[in-house]
Amino acid sequence: MIINENTIPARPAPASSRGIIGWLRANLFSTPANSVMSLAGLAFLAWAIPPLFQWVVLEADFIGTNKDACTSEGACWVFVSARFQQFMYGFYPDVELWRVNIFFAEMTAVLVWVLWDKMPKRNWGGIWFLTGFPATSFLLLYGGFGLEVVETHKWGGLMLTLVLSLVGMVIALPVGVLLALGRRSDMPAISSFCTIFIEVWRGVPLITILFMASVMLPLFVPGDIEMDKLVRAMIGISLFEAALIAEVIRGGLQAMPKGQYEAADAMGLSYWKGMRLIIMPQVFRISIPGIVNTFVQLFKDTSLVLIIGLFDLLAVMQAGITDVNWPNISIEAFVFTGFVFWMFCFGMSRYSQALERKLDTGHKN
Amino acid sequence: MQADVAERAEEQAQHSISIEKLADAETMIELKGVNKWYGDFHVLKDINLTVKKGERIVVCGPSGSGKSTMIRCINRLEEHQEGIIDVNGVTLTNDLKNIEHIRKDVGMVFQHFNLFPHLTVLENCTLAPIWVRKMPKKEAEEIAMKYLERVKIPDQANKFPGQLSGGQQQRVAIARSLCMNPEVMLFDEPTSALDPEMIKEVLDVMIELAQEGMTMICVTHEMGFARTVANRVIFMDGGQIIEENAPEPFFNNPQSDRTKLFLSQILSH
Repeated sequence: MIINENTIPARPAPASSRGIIGWLRANLFSTPANSVMSLAGLAFLAWAIPPLFQWVVLEADFIGTNKDACTSEGACWVFVSARFQQFMYGFYPDVELWRVNIFFAEMTAVLVWVLWDKMPKRNWGGIWFLTGFPATSFLLLYGGFGLEVVETHKWGGLMLTLVLSLVGMVIALPVGVLLALGRRSDMPAISSFCTIFIEVWRGVPLITILFMASVMLPLFVPGDIEMDKLVRAMIGISLFEAALIAEVIRGGLQAMPKGQYEAADAMGLSYWKGMRLIIMPQVFRISIPGIVNTFVQLFKDTSLVLIIGLFDLLAVMQAGITDVNWPNISIEAFVFTGFVFWMFCFGMSRYSQALERKLDTGHKN
Repeated sequence: MQADVAERAEEQAQHSISIEKLADAETMIELKGVNKWYGDFHVLKDINLTVKKGERIVVCGPSGSGKSTMIRCINRLEEHQEGIIDVNGVTLTNDLKNIEHIRKDVGMVFQHFNLFPHLTVLENCTLAPIWVRKMPKKEAEEIAMKYLERVKIPDQANKFPGQLSGGQQQRVAIARSLCMNPEVMLFDEPTSALDPEMIKEVLDVMIELAQEGMTMICVTHEMGFARTVANRVIFMDGGQIIEENAPEPFFNNPQSDRTKLFLSQILSH
């Protein structure tokens, strides 16, 4: 017989499994193969980082107005500063640039209001984001009410990329949710419509959709109805992304335990209340990685509007490369464009990870 | 635990409403000739059952006997194909209004709790009163706290379900149902997913509820609970009601061979 009356007090873990040494042991040098990989990785970084840093910063030229200012071995960032206006605004008229700047400022403010959880009255922020912000943005960027009209073919650069992405995201998410719910509907008419819509849009390359919207659509609609090329691109991108989002959401719906639907039903909640209060909040949480993945893809895919003659960030840069006054500038142009795209996408990624942590209520289904 | 439950049984013998008295109570639930199929599989066969207001029914039987399906038909989580189900004077039809009306008055507690993991305990309890009963938030919270106190976990009100033990979660689920002020409570194997040491805390809450006169239909294998609180015990097998009797004669003198076999299997150890 064994009787143990004494409670054994908790002791700290041994030094070899704590602190920096413990971390190194567990993560970098846990096995011989792992150690070799770690050392090879370090060697690669030591080989690659210094020359890269030298090219990007130490030996680069930052100041000047033309190619002649670039005398050293490194990158010629003068190109970026010389083309800064085109890169931000495309061919937007000089005297009207303040309107785009106000748009940038309002966008930043409203995004912070909606996305930062410490801001007051965030639901009002959400309402403004979906109503006042699009209205004021349209007025600012396009014109009307005393402001000079700036045709959309003059829009371009980062401004165009942001407009296309924001419109795409804001339309694609709710439409995608409806399509996902519709595809799971018990009503055959609704579910087959949604299934066909999703499969058709998802199965066609975006480049084809944009091309059709730009070149073929005018052949089918009566001549007197003329739709702006940018609007057509927006509709094409939004519906394409909605089909992708729908499948992400459907995955989330599929992952929900049946008991959640039953509990919502058993309390007397209607279908839409149950969806809004019980199912969708949980579906959004588990679908965050997929939704953000689609949004990141959308943000980058907006550069495909190049083929229908709209000049987004990447297109403006590419046009700059062909300029005879700036020979051999393509590396700088692509590195810089890539970096800007990466910054936005990385921002979305970080935000979504913070959101996932915030919404984690410790429940594993 | 068994001894404890038996002790309570005596205590409640005085409280419990006798079956004779119930005879003239109004009918709460009535199932008449209910049949249901899953595809070609006949799960419910000619179910006839009347539950009076204040009555407490325990349903037992082997798995796959249709007992869960039967109580899930009462609030339309499952649809029956033949027969009539009346709940509190309303007949179940395909009319969504009817279904939602019945669901307001019928509380349900599930085997796996089915709490909403993204909401706090308090929000779980106030959601349906606010959105279905249109109750002001403050009033709903007061009522929720009252019921959380009754199930003895008011201190967990602001935690999330994922932070609670199974027994605590099931008690929250019971409180959540009570917040809708239901006429009937349906329990679908409420203790089957719990660790043994947590079964008692849930059964205690259910016994208290029974003492207060709640109409209950409870699918369970807790025979001690059945002896303590049930007015009637129903034994189902193969989609049929095989035997229906007061707990005393049901356990001490079962009539059908299948009931005898079932009882010998679950009580033998």
